Amino acid sequence: MSTPSDTVPTGASPLLSVRGLNVTYGRGRRSAPALCAVNFDLAPGEIVGILGESGSGKSTLALSLLGLLADKAIIEGSIVFQGQELLEARESCWQSIRGARISSIFQDPGLALSPVMRVGDQIAEVIRAHRPSNRKALKQECEAILREVRLPEVERVYNAYPHQLSGGQLHRISIAQALVCRPELIIADEPTRSLDVTVQMEILDVLRSINRKWGSALIFITHNPALLAGFADRVIVMYAGRIVEDGPATRVFRRPLHPYTKGLLQLIPGGSQQENVMQRGRLPAIPGSLTDADRLTQGCIFEPRCSARIALCQEESPTEIAPERGRRVSCFNYGD
Amino acid sequence: MGIEAAAKRAVKAPLMTTRGLSKQYVQRSAFSRNKFVIDAVAEADLEIAPECLTTLVGESGSGKSTLATCLALLERPDRGEIWFEQKEISRLSDRDLRPLRPRIQMVFQDSAGALNPRFSAAQIIAEPLEVQGRETGQGLRTRACELMEEVGLSPDWADRRPLEFSGGQRQRLAIARAIALKPALLILDESLSGLDLSTQAQIVNLLLDLRDKHALTYLLISHDLSLAEQVADFVVVMHQGKIVERGTRHDVFLRPRHPHTQQLVSACHVVEAAFRTAQAGGQP
Repeated sequence: MSTPSDTVPTGASPLLSVRGLNVTYGRGRRSAPALCAVNFDLAPGEIVGILGESGSGKSTLALSLLGLLADKAIIEGSIVFQGQELLEARESCWQSIRGARISSIFQDPGLALSPVMRVGDQIAEVIRAHRPSNRKALKQECEAILREVRLPEVERVYNAYPHQLSGGQLHRISIAQALVCRPELIIADEPTRSLDVTVQMEILDVLRSINRKWGSALIFITHNPALLAGFADRVIVMYAGRIVEDGPATRVFRRPLHPYTKGLLQLIPGGSQQENVMQRGRLPAIPGSLTDADRLTQGCIFEPRCSARIALCQEESPTEIAPERGRRVSCFNYGD
Repeated sequence: MGIEAAAKRAVKAPLMTTRGLSKQYVQRSAFSRNKFVIDAVAEADLEIAPECLTTLVGESGSGKSTLATCLALLERPDRGEIWFEQKEISRLSDRDLRPLRPRIQMVFQDSAGALNPRFSAAQIIAEPLEVQGRETGQGLRTRACELMEEVGLSPDWADRRPLEFSGGQRQRLAIARAIALKPALLILDESLSGLDLSTQAQIVNLLLDLRDKHALTYLLISHDLSLAEQVADFVVVMHQGKIVERGTRHDVFLRPRHPHTQQLVSACHVVEAAFRTAQAGGQP
């Protein structure tokens, strides 16, 4: 198992570069900003974990990177993938990118797969959409990818319909679909939510081994920081459509800077086994919740829920600062 | 609440006890006369201590939800007994059950599906009060607003529809409805599973506050062991329709006896250990 690197890859040209990305749903008075000035780079082969509660804009970010946002969404800024500006790409261009060079794994594989097609054919369909191939080669490729995601009884699974497989197996099928064209970037949006812990760990293991073997970069979206430990190279923390903290996973976990990150990390039982079992009283929840009204008031958007607020927080919105090399945070009162 | 307090409460007679509870489902094939019999719950012996939080854990398909619907008597068990407040209730007629129904309430996983989208928040909470004839007229709304406040929702939102609330708020709404009739036992079937960790923690804290205030007893069904590890007084483990282990949180997590429990507990600890290592600055 390779260890996540402690340094942010710089210098080499990034695989993906997102600049000033704003996404707004709806127009006029009822418009709701979903992403607000999002900037980040992704190096080839990097695993980035995006952490945040529901409503933080994680899924909107995933959809905009896949060109799958609804028509009513207003999108501004720039997304450059391997030197190509994606926001100006036409649908025909997207079709050659999606699935082949940027692929996605969503939360519910049961919904993503067709119930009336054998799963093997559904994987083959992805290959056929991107390059010509003959039946025999297709089948071989599909079986190879099924072995890659560690499905047993490849022959039986290949010919099975989705309802004949378990939830964990279906997850692997949808991962196989995402991987079969060896994309440079995989976007996984909460792929392990509602799975048992054992299955979760297996899925993470498959993704990590693929990342190491093929060098595919991975954006892994989750609300559970525990899943990113020992898995992600870098962690980006989002709140209300903004990036509030970004840094190498090891350093973010060791010393989180933003009060929101601290709150999220406190939710994982961090004591020894003995201490967790002996714990009494209440859980360390972050008080309050994100409301739409918060988005309109001036000052820092996290201020109403923040435990480290100072007078300035109510008046001004903090700008991004880089307290250490490779880290950034948006908070007036960051650190310990 | 500490282990000692839990032990003290458990000394009282259990609120609910089951003996040899079994439920089978028969699946008929559409094309042949073959029948498959699935033992969803087999010979379950269970004790739910009063004013405690008992967590029922197990993988998906282990029979947790079937057991829960039997305990709430939404389905009748095929065999076995359910004792609730010193009465055998599994074979009572529907009419005899009616006065007991308000004593056992259930909260489901999918709050969006469990709440009528056309009702306002106040109507949702007031409905059981109205059906049971506990309140009438203006009293209904007043009581609904009180309950909203109790679960941490602003009464100003009484006229909002369920889909205007966030997932966590909707779950609070479902809890408000469930406690409206002052039940003794609240069965929470994966009620926290779809929520973010921070929302989960808030709802757990709310449940603990409500328990202390109203002497509520909880049966929390979950596939998430790390939650059970932090808050449960008692843990029951199900595997393939059978209860394979039950005991205090302390016993189950520190000295798991059944191999399946050992496997679940160690998987849960692998995740936490990786996180702790990362926090300490080491490499996993």
